[in-house]
Amino acid sequence: MPAPSVTFDGVSKRYGSTAAVDAVSLTIEAGSFVALVGRSGSGKSTLLKTINRLVEPSTGRVLIDDADVATGPAAALRRRIGYVFQHIGLFPHMSVAENIAIGPRIAGDAAPDVARLLDLVELPREVASRDPAALSGGQRQRVGIARALAPGAKLLLMDEAFGALDPLTRDALGRRLRDLHDELGLTTILVTHDMAEALLLATRVVVMDSGRVVADETPHALLAGSGGEQAQALVAVPREQAQRIAAL
Amino acid sequence: MNAFLDALGRVPPLLASHVLLSAAALLLALVIAAPLAVVASRRPNVARVALGFASLIQTIPSLALLALFFPLLLSLSALVGGGIPALGFLPSLLALTLYALLPLLRNGVAGLAGIDPAVTEAADAVGMTPAQKLRLVEAPLAAPVAIAGLRTAAVWTIGAATLSTTVGQPSLGDLIFAGLQTQSWALVLAGCFASAGLALAVDAAIGLVERGIARRRRGLWIAGLALLAIGTSAATAPLWPRGEGKVVTVGAKNFAEQYILARLIGSRLEKAGYTVRYRDGLGSAVIFGAVASGDVDVYVDYAGTIWTNEMKRTDVPARGPMLAAMAQWTKGRDVTLLGALGFENAYAFAMKAPGAIRTLDDLAAASPRLRLGSDLEFLERPEWAAVKAAYPMRFAAATPYSPTFMYQALASGRVDVISAFSSDGRIAADGLTVLTDPRRAIPGYDAILLLSPGRAGDARFAAALKPLVGRIDVEAMRAANYQVDRETDKRTPEQAAKWLSAKVGR
Repeated sequence: MPAPSVTFDGVSKRYGSTAAVDAVSLTIEAGSFVALVGRSGSGKSTLLKTINRLVEPSTGRVLIDDADVATGPAAALRRRIGYVFQHIGLFPHMSVAENIAIGPRIAGDAAPDVARLLDLVELPREVASRDPAALSGGQRQRVGIARALAPGAKLLLMDEAFGALDPLTRDALGRRLRDLHDELGLTTILVTHDMAEALLLATRVVVMDSGRVVADETPHALLAGSGGEQAQALVAVPREQAQRIAAL
Repeated sequence: MNAFLDALGRVPPLLASHVLLSAAALLLALVIAAPLAVVASRRPNVARVALGFASLIQTIPSLALLALFFPLLLSLSALVGGGIPALGFLPSLLALTLYALLPLLRNGVAGLAGIDPAVTEAADAVGMTPAQKLRLVEAPLAAPVAIAGLRTAAVWTIGAATLSTTVGQPSLGDLIFAGLQTQSWALVLAGCFASAGLALAVDAAIGLVERGIARRRRGLWIAGLALLAIGTSAATAPLWPRGEGKVVTVGAKNFAEQYILARLIGSRLEKAGYTVRYRDGLGSAVIFGAVASGDVDVYVDYAGTIWTNEMKRTDVPARGPMLAAMAQWTKGRDVTLLGALGFENAYAFAMKAPGAIRTLDDLAAASPRLRLGSDLEFLERPEWAAVKAAYPMRFAAATPYSPTFMYQALASGRVDVISAFSSDGRIAADGLTVLTDPRRAIPGYDAILLLSPGRAGDARFAAALKPLVGRIDVEAMRAANYQVDRETDKRTPEQAAKWLSAKVGR
């Protein structure tokens, strides 16, 4: 199964009179690693969740490989999409192995190779029998990624997935994610408020503000000054931090 | 100690009914509460209404809730053209089920609400259908809290089931109520021990299931469920059908004479080859309905009670014509009058220190200075209205007691006059004076045998009881009653019935 493309076609999501997502049209090519960056409340998470229908758009369509996600049951759609989010949401009453195997299990498919999936996310195989509560935050999020990949998903949605982790873990996990993206041939969409993370991991950075796309550039172009004022304000933060550290 | 062991001997069949009723009520409540809790956890409006309703039910005293189902089911039965029993198992089941709803609902909703939102989001995101999410995630995570609610509900239900005795459903309450009436504390203790022991055992078994699920120890919760299943089947074993003879039910109201006569009738029927069950402690209004509907096959009532309550007559004829009119009246009805036993148990005003008071006329004149003690029903009965109409009485105070305590109130001087019963052994034993009724306001109270429609044509049944008709005089009945009612050297109703049976002969 090759990596799919994702197309937003005039997608809006309104809550009352406020628009969380405002008429976004965007195509994400198959196999790309796209970062959706923006401040809190910019609508990036909401836009991401319209892909696996955790949020239903008020208007507009979302297509995966030219097929509207709104056709067919939501559960069947979600089984084809890996989703990892900040709060992880491991099932506390199931072992690590049961958590990882849940996708194929509910779909009625053969049990996945849990040991290989643990290898992929660089966890020792013996954690398979443990309870999620016995793991550290970083280990738990690795299990979350393994769970998302278990059904053989080629589209991976990461919603602030590293937001609650310490910087060291965060950096290691980010690198591992990038490698997995390349090894497995995924289409990855990473929602983050951290521009440095986006620049280092993604092949393309989409900046959102007030529900709209305000910049859509490669990391190189952004660092070279493209993308406009709001994008540059976000790029300025890690750049200045780096300069200040260098000046110490 | 012997009396207590005797009382424990009566536990098994009552425990069986008690367990059956409690288990059925809990299961029914669970079947209602589980889906309701799921819906309520998704819709706050449903939660508000359902929890509000369950809390409202909880504010009704359980005894009143049981009692309310009697008229409710009666009118419902009339509405659909009959066939719905208003007594016994059904009203008890419904009342206990309603009672068990609150803890089940409240803990079910709380258990579901307590699940981490991230976990439910993950369940959606991995592609669970709503049914899978409920089965694989929500149910197991809410289970420990929900099962804690089940434990509460089980303990409440088992305790409240003792009250179902009052609507004619056999339960461990039979022992408690009978013991309270005859001041046989061994009976009360046996009923309490059995009921409390049952509640503790069930609570422990469900606790095992709860711990097993919380700690994900499959063996533990399976063991708990197995204990519950084995316990329920073992406890209800006395109710399992065996190739035994015909089962008949003998009813009794809630005082010693009724218990004695029920055992006397029961022993005759057993000799005739019937298997006999007893339903003790039924109220006057309830028991007539029970024999008409066939829930009770036979019991002893009193002519005046039927005359005023059921026939709605206000005239007071002599004993003979009254019984004849009553036999005529029952002909067109479901209940059959087999005959009168020979003694009367009339309402009789009795005093310990009457002074110059000899008649109800005298009593009426002196009433503003006197305090009246009555049984629980008397002040509401038409007989009291008839007495007041004939003799204008206004007592300084009027207090209802259960019969045993009424005599004690008179003895201790807390009341001056009581609405006694003419066949009560304590009238003679306590040296009480019975006032005469010169205006004939109180009708005759011949003890009569009433049969259910199902027994009307049963010749063997009638033949077993016919020898009792006209054979029990008031002295014999008083003596038998006194054996049970007295403070010292008390006999059980069974022993008194045996004594009375020997006295009757035949």
